[in-house]
Amino acid sequence: MRLKFLIPLSVFALLLVLLGVGLKLDPREVPSPFIGKPAPPFALPTVHAAAQTLSSGEFQGQVSLLNVWASWCVSCRQEHPLLLQLSKTGLVPIYGLNYKDERPAALAWLDRFGDPYRASAFDADGKTGIDWGVYGVPETFVIDRKGIIRYKFTGPLTEEALEKKLLPLVRTLQEEAS
Amino acid sequence: MSAVVRMLALLVLFRCGTAAATEVRTFQDPAQQQRYEQLVKDLRCLVCQNQSLADSDADLARDLRDEVYQILQSGKSDQEAVKFLVDRYGDFVLYRPPFNLMTLLLWISPLLLLFAGLAFIWRRSKQQNPAMAAELTASEQERLQQLRKTTQQQ
Repeated sequence: MRLKFLIPLSVFALLLVLLGVGLKLDPREVPSPFIGKPAPPFALPTVHAAAQTLSSGEFQGQVSLLNVWASWCVSCRQEHPLLLQLSKTGLVPIYGLNYKDERPAALAWLDRFGDPYRASAFDADGKTGIDWGVYGVPETFVIDRKGIIRYKFTGPLTEEALEKKLLPLVRTLQEEAS
Repeated sequence: MSAVVRMLALLVLFRCGTAAATEVRTFQDPAQQQRYEQLVKDLRCLVCQNQSLADSDADLARDLRDEVYQILQSGKSDQEAVKFLVDRYGDFVLYRPPFNLMTLLLWISPLLLLFAGLAFIWRRSKQQNPAMAAELTASEQERLQQLRKTTQQQ
């Protein structure tokens, strides 16, 4: 009976914990319905050559990253050095999806900041972006050998996310089927 | 102050804003027009998450309105338009969340709270009743009579 005063106190503590956890959650991070599903098919001209196509068939047979970027996207510039660094290590091929951009601007951007992509698909009207559930550029997808999306990172990549999440996953996926 | 600046920067960055001049989309059939307008009100914009597709001025919202428009124009049902978006963006795009295992707690929590409240009240009333109904002892009765008398005399 004496401990009765603990009841409202514990309710308050519970509320505090709930609100605290809520603060830590990122509401911008929407779980992607694509995890574990095949990459939505596309066939688009590349940024570099309108006559060349990059299609989702590229993802078959190798673990790859697909990075959604645009020259108008400020946070893409922020993550760009990391992608360049990663492309130099040759650990995993990076493909680009150039989202709602203009070709000259995209080319100038790659010229100026460097091109980490094996190829970039040119998605001028953003339809492929919508098919992939893109809502905030940059986004990075990890795709396994069978062309199945295994992970999605929304927002500019950080060294921490790369080291702790993406690269370990890439390694396990690479080992999985070899 | 810096919070305000950051907020403004975010707004600019994500190009949020109210669609003061949302493009006009016309349908041949007024019923279809109404369906479209209802749909874009019930779907969430993913860029400006507290706005519906109808309200948001974000680029993506415009593109998604366009998709919904095309789907309805091609004679497909509302469900197909909703499915198109849910397939790509998940249940999150729905302002009316579906009832499933993920949202179970969300849907039943008001009921749970109501029952918890009722149970609390019921228990409280049970606890207090015996005390109130308790009979007075003979000496207490006597004192009560005395008190009544004194107050009447005054």
